Amino acid sequence: MSSVISGKVWKFGDNIDTDLIIPGRYLTIRDPIQMASHTFEPIRPEFAKEVAKGDVIVSGSNFGSGSSREEAPFVLKTIGIAAIVAPSFARIFYRNAINLGISLLELKSAPEYFDEGDIVEINSEEGTIINLTQNTTYQGTKLPPFLMDIINAGGAITAVKERIKREKGH
Amino acid sequence: MSTIVEKILAAHSDREKVEAGEIIEANVDLVMLTEQLGRRIYRDWDELEDAVDGVWDKSKIVCVLDHWVPAPHIDAAEIHKICREFAKKYEFTHFLDMFAGICHQVMVEKFVKPGMLVVGSDSHTVTYGALNAFSTGFGATDIVICMATGRNWFKVPESMKIILEGAIPPLVYGKDIILKLIAKLTVEGADYKSMEFAGPAIEDLSIDSRLTICNMSVEAGAKCGVFPPDKKLRDYFRTISDDSLESLNLISPDPDAQYSEELELDVSELNPQVAKPHSPQNSVDVTEVEGTTIHQGFIGSCTNGRMEDFRIAACILKEKHTHPDVRLIITPASREIYLQCLNEGLMKTFIEAGAMVTNPTCGACIGGHLGILASKEVCISTSNRNFQSRMGHADSQIYLANAATVAASVLEGVITDPRKYV
Repeated sequence: MSSVISGKVWKFGDNIDTDLIIPGRYLTIRDPIQMASHTFEPIRPEFAKEVAKGDVIVSGSNFGSGSSREEAPFVLKTIGIAAIVAPSFARIFYRNAINLGISLLELKSAPEYFDEGDIVEINSEEGTIINLTQNTTYQGTKLPPFLMDIINAGGAITAVKERIKREKGH
Repeated sequence: MSTIVEKILAAHSDREKVEAGEIIEANVDLVMLTEQLGRRIYRDWDELEDAVDGVWDKSKIVCVLDHWVPAPHIDAAEIHKICREFAKKYEFTHFLDMFAGICHQVMVEKFVKPGMLVVGSDSHTVTYGALNAFSTGFGATDIVICMATGRNWFKVPESMKIILEGAIPPLVYGKDIILKLIAKLTVEGADYKSMEFAGPAIEDLSIDSRLTICNMSVEAGAKCGVFPPDKKLRDYFRTISDDSLESLNLISPDPDAQYSEELELDVSELNPQVAKPHSPQNSVDVTEVEGTTIHQGFIGSCTNGRMEDFRIAACILKEKHTHPDVRLIITPASREIYLQCLNEGLMKTFIEAGAMVTNPTCGACIGGHLGILASKEVCISTSNRNFQSRMGHADSQIYLANAATVAASVLEGVITDPRKYV
């Protein structure tokens, strides 16, 4: 999987919770595309239509707070979001997003450095974020090697599968 | 020199001792599943299935259908069907189909024991810390990994020591304590951390109130909340289990355990709390929001759908009637609680007061069914989250409170201090 991501910035505030990302009433929808069409509906109903593959969310702190619904990172991935940059992430969302292969970069004061619509380039392996529009570069927190292994394996399921096969081989 | 959570995590790993910040592999005792099994878990399982020989241990997986029960629409019905077929195919020992109640209440009534490490496919899995266990919520992928292997990776959380001082005033419950703590900490104040409770006031807290406190520890971002063992905990297990008390694996912190921070709260000064829309951290004394017009009251959920809640609500509602512009929804957290309410005559009180009593389910709390809000409507609720659009329309509003405050408010049609009724 390519560790360099390039796309447009969409900005959100602090404490974005999973009910805002995908409200509970849509969790029973079985078609992933249809479910993802409701992404951020309570606060930005146009978002799911306008976002493009490779785009990036820059948000305030505690992104993804609330429920354990993996549907939250899943709908973001489905509509094309490749990375999220925020000062901090809620715990379960953090695991879920990495398990699905979405790059998460922690960057203090992130919302101050990017405007809506800026074009950014992200190297998730290095943790660097280049704001091409404003010609600035920032260093986010690198993922610990243990988690980078999951991303490099293409997600947690594949990583575990490989481990189980290795262990069975012994 | 270990905290409760450090001891439990070490006991479930191949390590004698673990320290905050370390990433370890640990074995789980139980995996709890909800309808998430029929949403994403079974899809993720398909990807892993060819690498494993069935599930890790069919007797250590507990699946409870609770979020949308009975099915309010075809999509939910299909999800339930997938869950049933999966449970049958993998011969789950514990598949509780619709009748049992909200998963977390069922878990603390029947499955969780002190010292256990439990993971569940729902963020409020943190509830079980009230029983001196380590429990936390996982997403579908992490749950699938536990179902297949019985283990997963954990970052050992830093432990915060929350010291509760003072005597608990009347009409103040676990809900008020945790709402006050979340207001102090903010919704990210305990991110990744364990909230370990201590102090003289915890002796006076009922197990029901401790369950409420641990349940909402996740609203401060915590990985878990946990209480030390005491007489009340032993009494709880004496009433619900035939096991000898000696067999309980009670875990106390070491006297010199290391905490990342300490937070003291004197509960003797506490008033009933109400969290204003749209965040659990917006809690204020009930007196500050008295008079706010409401359209619906909800007493239920894994947070406050237990006997302590229904007893005080019935005490306030007895021989009175809800305000004509307000509807009251009563949703017991489990079948056991439903039956106990019936035995004590509480359901009669509620129905005579104008309430609608539903079956045990997550229901209105998640905006799934049985009490969805229209635009501009205001609900006062005993549940855990007042996020925008949580219980219905994006323009509706939720105030979180204890059961006494909800009961008093539905009588008057406006948010009301319950202390005038008792």
